[in-house]
Amino acid sequence: MQDGLSAKAQAGATSDAWPEELYRLLKAAQVRQVSYVPDAGHARLIELVEADTDITANVLTTEEEGIAIAAGAWLGGVRSALLLQSSGVGNCINMLALAAIGRFPLLLLVTMRGEWGEFNPWQVPMGRATEPALAAIGVRTLRAETPADLLETVAGALPLVFDSEQQVAVLIAQRLIGAKKW
Amino acid sequence: MVAAAATLDRRTAVAALLRDRGDLLVVSGLGSPSYDVHAVGDSNANFYLWGAMGGAALVGLGLAQARPDRRVLVITGDGEQLMGLGGLATIAVARPKNLVVAVLDNGRFGETGMQESHTARGIDLAQVAAACGLAAQVVTDLDGVEQARAALLAPAEGPRFLLLKVGPDKPPRSLPPRDAVYLKNRFRAHLGLPLP
Repeated sequence: MQDGLSAKAQAGATSDAWPEELYRLLKAAQVRQVSYVPDAGHARLIELVEADTDITANVLTTEEEGIAIAAGAWLGGVRSALLLQSSGVGNCINMLALAAIGRFPLLLLVTMRGEWGEFNPWQVPMGRATEPALAAIGVRTLRAETPADLLETVAGALPLVFDSEQQVAVLIAQRLIGAKKW
Repeated sequence: MVAAAATLDRRTAVAALLRDRGDLLVVSGLGSPSYDVHAVGDSNANFYLWGAMGGAALVGLGLAQARPDRRVLVITGDGEQLMGLGGLATIAVARPKNLVVAVLDNGRFGETGMQESHTARGIDLAQVAAACGLAAQVVTDLDGVEQARAALLAPAEGPRFLLLKVGPDKPPRSLPPRDAVYLKNRFRAHLGLPLP
């Protein structure tokens, strides 16, 4: 599943194709369930998983639901991932106790807001709190600044999550996604 | 929204619901529902939550999606479900055919001093679930529990919701293991899944 580091992936990583490459990484790692609260930065990846009949996609009313769903999936032997934006991390904190104390594999792909080119000041406080809040509850954070960095980071996170049963949040820099068009 | 009379003893109701459970997989919600499920008899096919308030039905959803070949029953309380009302919408949209969410509704926050919950003040969780699109049923007597148990075994079109009206009594605690890693690993082993 480390083929995300292949030449093809590296090439893709230099363009806007990183959501497709990320999707291929998840597929290669046998992730069969993806839950999400929509975010503009995840729009393409959400389209891909929704269109994939081998992946069960769940749209959530709040991000913490995805923590519980992922734990249930692991109880049944299925690998799950959660797509969310940084504001949603704040909604997850108490539910993350389930992953932390149960050592449930957990992969959070977090698109950052409030840190670069941000037009909405209300995004700033939770953007600032995302990394320390996750660290405080025991979720490891790995930050990616470029598309190539993101794919390498996720490729490294996948075994850490599913083989070593760790809880990992990959923080996708707002600079990588680009400031929201308004 | 007049609450149905509480006529069920919670332990009796849960025991009746789990009788001859076969290959049923059970997730129990924080507090008394975990004690009730444990009191019936511990099982490797039970996953007891000691936290994650609002998450029981969603753990059930994730499990039901992972194992469409097995029936999944979530047993939780009104307070726990009230914290995750949005989860009923998520479950309704996901439409698992093998998931039943059973809420033991005593109208109280039982673990914290038996304060009245919203269901004692007019909120009907069965109507909330029905509005989301779950097949919802209110159960107020043992015959109803028995019918619900039989229905657990029958094929379903989508997710189901049972509201069991129980009294506000507090039976002796029957404490399941609190080690979530142990509970997780034995549950997975029960399903033939490898240890890490």
